[in-house]
Amino acid sequence: MPEVTMVAALNTALRDALAEDDRVLVFGEDVGELGGVFRVTEGLQSEFGRERVFNTPIAEAGIAGMCVGLAMAGWRPVAEMQFDGFSYPALDQIVSHVAKYRERTRGRVPMPVTIRIPSFGGIKGKEHHGESPETYYVHTAGLKVVVPSTSLDAYRLLRLAIADPDPVIVLEPKSRYWSKEDGDLTREGPGIGAARVLREGSACAIVTYGAMVAPCLEAAAALSAEGVECSVLDLRSLSPLDVETLAAVVRSTGRAVVVHEAPLTLGMGAEVVARIVQEAFDHLEAPVRRVTGWDVPYPPASLERTYLPSLERITAAVREVVAY
Amino acid sequence: MSTRDPADDGFPTLRLVAPDGAPVGDTEVGLSTEELRSLLRLMILSRRLDRECMALQRQGELTVYPPFEGQEAAQVGSAFALGPGDMAFPSFRELAAAVVRGVDVVEYLQYHRGTWHGGPYDPIASGFAPICVPVATQIVHAVGWALGAKLDGKAACSLAYFGDGSASEGDFHEGANLAAVLGAPAVLFCQNNGWAISVPPQEQYVAPIAARAAGYGFPGLRVDGNDVLAVYRATKDAAERARAGHGPTLIEAMTYRIGPHSTADDATRYRTDDEVERWRAFDPIERFRRYLADAGIADDAFVEACWAEAETWVGGIRAELVALGPPPAAEVFDHVFTDPPATLTRQRQEALGDA
Repeated sequence: MPEVTMVAALNTALRDALAEDDRVLVFGEDVGELGGVFRVTEGLQSEFGRERVFNTPIAEAGIAGMCVGLAMAGWRPVAEMQFDGFSYPALDQIVSHVAKYRERTRGRVPMPVTIRIPSFGGIKGKEHHGESPETYYVHTAGLKVVVPSTSLDAYRLLRLAIADPDPVIVLEPKSRYWSKEDGDLTREGPGIGAARVLREGSACAIVTYGAMVAPCLEAAAALSAEGVECSVLDLRSLSPLDVETLAAVVRSTGRAVVVHEAPLTLGMGAEVVARIVQEAFDHLEAPVRRVTGWDVPYPPASLERTYLPSLERITAAVREVVAY
Repeated sequence: MSTRDPADDGFPTLRLVAPDGAPVGDTEVGLSTEELRSLLRLMILSRRLDRECMALQRQGELTVYPPFEGQEAAQVGSAFALGPGDMAFPSFRELAAAVVRGVDVVEYLQYHRGTWHGGPYDPIASGFAPICVPVATQIVHAVGWALGAKLDGKAACSLAYFGDGSASEGDFHEGANLAAVLGAPAVLFCQNNGWAISVPPQEQYVAPIAARAAGYGFPGLRVDGNDVLAVYRATKDAAERARAGHGPTLIEAMTYRIGPHSTADDATRYRTDDEVERWRAFDPIERFRRYLADAGIADDAFVEACWAEAETWVGGIRAELVALGPPPAAEVFDHVFTDPPATLTRQRQEALGDA
């Protein structure tokens, strides 16, 4: 089986989408000859030409706004925001137009738009390079929001996002860009809106997504050595949320810990816990714990470890919930 | 105070017909006498419709309404220069342009009746994008559409309507620069109507808006926005240039908003009646009526017939509009996604039962 990095998987997803559908366009800052600052678009301009894969000026609102016009003209735009922290100028266009256009035209003008945003921390980046913007988008009606955690799922989710008739925000965990996974790249498998159970255990459910999936799996392995068997649920799709699978997993464990690197307050964990309480209250044997980033701006590289949920914090939270 | 006559401004301004109706430039713009009469007729229909909308709002049949009286030439002249394959991207005060594009007026007014947002009419079929309120965001949409048309090899252009207020937004700059860099066939059409709600030009910008085009590397021109022939001529040239692959043009049409910003606005708080009266002397309809009368193209009988037609027309619109109830509540949920997710379907059931 071939071993593939997440960057290579995303690159192949874009290549396959461009090859399969000649209405697909890829554009953004530095996505041309350079291949993007993370090389996700490497080689695409030379293969598909400067009309279908092109650089833009540094103009995030313009990039997102052009997606609206291009979609109206029958194209299928795939735009790259260079970094999470630089995507905020595009919020107005995304929230006010990309998300609402289908609804405000009574379905006459759909928005098959994909916006890729390299996101989250863990790469010792400068400020504005380690943001967790997911809740801004999840809170916006009309958008779908997906976060892959592995190479094969990154391929699948990006292909599904591009093929989707509605706008999809793809938050790519930068710290997993160079992680490798064995297997064939395919669109088959869980779709947008479906969570994945990566590990099964009856003591506690660890609910997470994106770059936090890896430390959660590590935590589950470490806890297993202590005789504490955990389920690990990779949400993948933050909007729509797979409430059914979430509820089923938590009903089976009666205990849950939610892990994400975004700040605690009104983070994705708040929604997940609310859903758990609503759907699985009778099965809960302990309060649900959240292990998250703190309610502070993302810190500088040397303090990143203080901020990000660590193996220690995850295992401690699970032990606490299990011992309750 | 915003009391300038566009012709007195230092920046060169294209004017073909003077406020008294006298030709002052090359009025041969390539329109037949029938088309010239159409321009006058469309301006009259639009003004009568605008006044009816004000009345409908006062009677509680429309929610807040933004009147465009005084801007008929800017809108009708520019929209008249577009072809069926072109796409206009309005802001929220472009009902006269919508009339020219053939947008279903009753459907359009659903927006102001509060029965639907954005684009209750068919934006694709009418070549008129949804109403766009955040100001300036539609400029970038127009550039994206224009790029799409160019990539398709179509000889088509987009036209973005925006105001002097919108020109201060970042999206104006991003849209203009993107259009230049990407060679997008877009016409950026600014209706400088003298006021951004209550803020006059001198508190909005220093250099003429049209002059900015030089900084982006494409033509920018000012036109007397109350001279329908000049507006038509400028827009036609810009659209042809765009369709021929020569990129964007910025047009600044100097006009004036005779009414308030909207029916929720009290314009007496920031401007004088004298100023408004001074601008009435530049009335676009009266100017063009005189021009056509002097040229022997449209007589009083034609003008009277236009007003009579307008009366009947708006009567029909009013009757249809006031009969319109709210859409089915299910529509709140049904257009958000192509395939609504389970989480939303549950909310729909909670809100509507099994409807």
